[in-house]
Amino acid sequence: MSNEALQKLGTHIEASLPGTVRSVDILLNELVVRIERAELIRVMTFLRDDVMCQFQQLMDITAADYPERDERFDVVYNLLSLRHNQRIRIKLGTNEDTPVPSVTGVYTVANWFEREIWDLFGVFFSDHPDLRRILTDYGFEGHPMRKDFPLTGYVEMRYDDEQKRVVYEPVKLQQDFRSFDFLSPWEGMTNVMLAGDEKAEAPTGGNMPGSNK
Amino acid sequence: MAVQTATTAADDPGKIKTYTMNFGPQHPAAHGVLRLILEMDGEIVERADPHIGLLHRGTEKFMEYKTYLQSIPYFDRLDYVSPMCMEHTYVLAIEKLLRIQAPPRAQYIRVMFAEITRILNHLLNITTYALDVGAITPSLWGFEQREELMGFYERVSGARLHANYFRPGGVNLDLPAGLADDIWAYTEQFSKFVDELEDLLSENRIFKQRTVDIGIVSEAQALDWGFTGPCLRASNVAWDLRKAEPYDVYEKMDFDIPVGLTGDCYARYLVRIEEMRQSNRIIRQCLEQMPDGPIRIQDHKVSPPRRGEMKRSMEALIHHFKLYTEGFHVPAGETYTATESPKGEFGVFLIADGTYKPYRCKIRGTGFAHLQAMDAMAKGHMLADAVAIIGSIDVVFGEIDR
Repeated sequence: MSNEALQKLGTHIEASLPGTVRSVDILLNELVVRIERAELIRVMTFLRDDVMCQFQQLMDITAADYPERDERFDVVYNLLSLRHNQRIRIKLGTNEDTPVPSVTGVYTVANWFEREIWDLFGVFFSDHPDLRRILTDYGFEGHPMRKDFPLTGYVEMRYDDEQKRVVYEPVKLQQDFRSFDFLSPWEGMTNVMLAGDEKAEAPTGGNMPGSNK
Repeated sequence: MAVQTATTAADDPGKIKTYTMNFGPQHPAAHGVLRLILEMDGEIVERADPHIGLLHRGTEKFMEYKTYLQSIPYFDRLDYVSPMCMEHTYVLAIEKLLRIQAPPRAQYIRVMFAEITRILNHLLNITTYALDVGAITPSLWGFEQREELMGFYERVSGARLHANYFRPGGVNLDLPAGLADDIWAYTEQFSKFVDELEDLLSENRIFKQRTVDIGIVSEAQALDWGFTGPCLRASNVAWDLRKAEPYDVYEKMDFDIPVGLTGDCYARYLVRIEEMRQSNRIIRQCLEQMPDGPIRIQDHKVSPPRRGEMKRSMEALIHHFKLYTEGFHVPAGETYTATESPKGEFGVFLIADGTYKPYRCKIRGTGFAHLQAMDAMAKGHMLADAVAIIGSIDVVFGEIDR
């Protein structure tokens, strides 16, 4: 898909839905539209039915967690138009407490994808017909794909021969969890004062730490 | 299968009870660890509620803690019936973010092995599907063919199943001597094998009774449910990413896209049979056109130097060390890259933050959307038809549960 066609489509969407679109970007030949959360259903219905768009297929819904942000979750919708052979990515922000309108009424396929996001990220979808956990275990607690959820989890399961059933126990690691940070030392050292660095900026003479006076 | 609970009052003798039945998770026709809660009205399925996640391994979470290269083996274990196609999507996504392109020979090798993988996948699906509906012979014949193809896997990557062969910027190793000739010899006999397989199944009365008009999906439904691949094409939608958004050298390949007209289980079977023939054609074209040359890009910031080079060059040694400890850095950006895996559109949504590991990687498993439609497809069918429907949508739980 050429960039001009995507640009044209982005402008068309922005013009047709005033007040819903926050930004339109083209990144690596992919059209990314950030919208207002409350207007999601309107936008999705438009994208599905408009002659210029005709995104009949919702390929994927996913989320990404940015804990440092105010609206920490990005919910991402990837749509495909078979008629125009185009793809579009819709993004919106939310946090733990703010529900996102469910698009199951527009695309039936959204059902499980939204359940998965609820399960893994804890993003709540309002008006969802059946918002249960889907991938994690029965009775699982927490939302594992959040960045603050540890890789090892909190509980582990084993079969207990005495009770003749599986039991859950807090995770006990035989060896401390090792997370190697391979970032090059030079790239990680932007704000660090090494011994001797202060001499570069210090006025001559004066009471420098480490000076002999 | 066990009858669990009677949901209606048992004391009303005139009324037929609806039962809730538990199907799986350990059932040979469940194609993995699918637990299906079926609400039955006698033999008729009223509602099917698939419980998935029994094979959830947290692949996406793991990937956030590993370098890009270390995550490739995870992709083999997603759809473990078509491992190289999973890798293909992932390496294409990384290549897009890195803004690099594999050299021509590598692209041909990748397409060829993607098509070998397609045959592997369809052979397994069709023959075990036949097994589900009562025919044993096809699986015995099909697995013999699969064994040969997995032999090619082994010769090129050292592993029969979990190949870990594709790399960002190419493939790991060149084809060993003699492999191209053997693959060519294989393709010579393969279309005859497909004919024989069709002799067993296509006009088989029992097979047709079990599949024709079962689990019909209309074109509109298929689009609404996010169907892709053979399942979408069986519902009369001519859509294939290899044609619509050609990646690697698919543009240069001459092949046809089979389309089913009826959208039932039988149409899905027929589409897969024809796709195997087309894959065979693509493999032959790849072998004919394959140029000589490098099989990986020569940029040692991304692809490691050869071992021989490492013995002589300090530079190469440093590159090798850096690549296998820190890995390469991918510039910040995001992409949704999709390829036509044997089961349909397999997508990787990759967010890079400029470091050596992905910030987020979402894997769009194909079967996830297909299995979701199980409820609507099975409604009103007999219990035995539910098995036929599961087989025809080609579910593999590695990619559904991730």
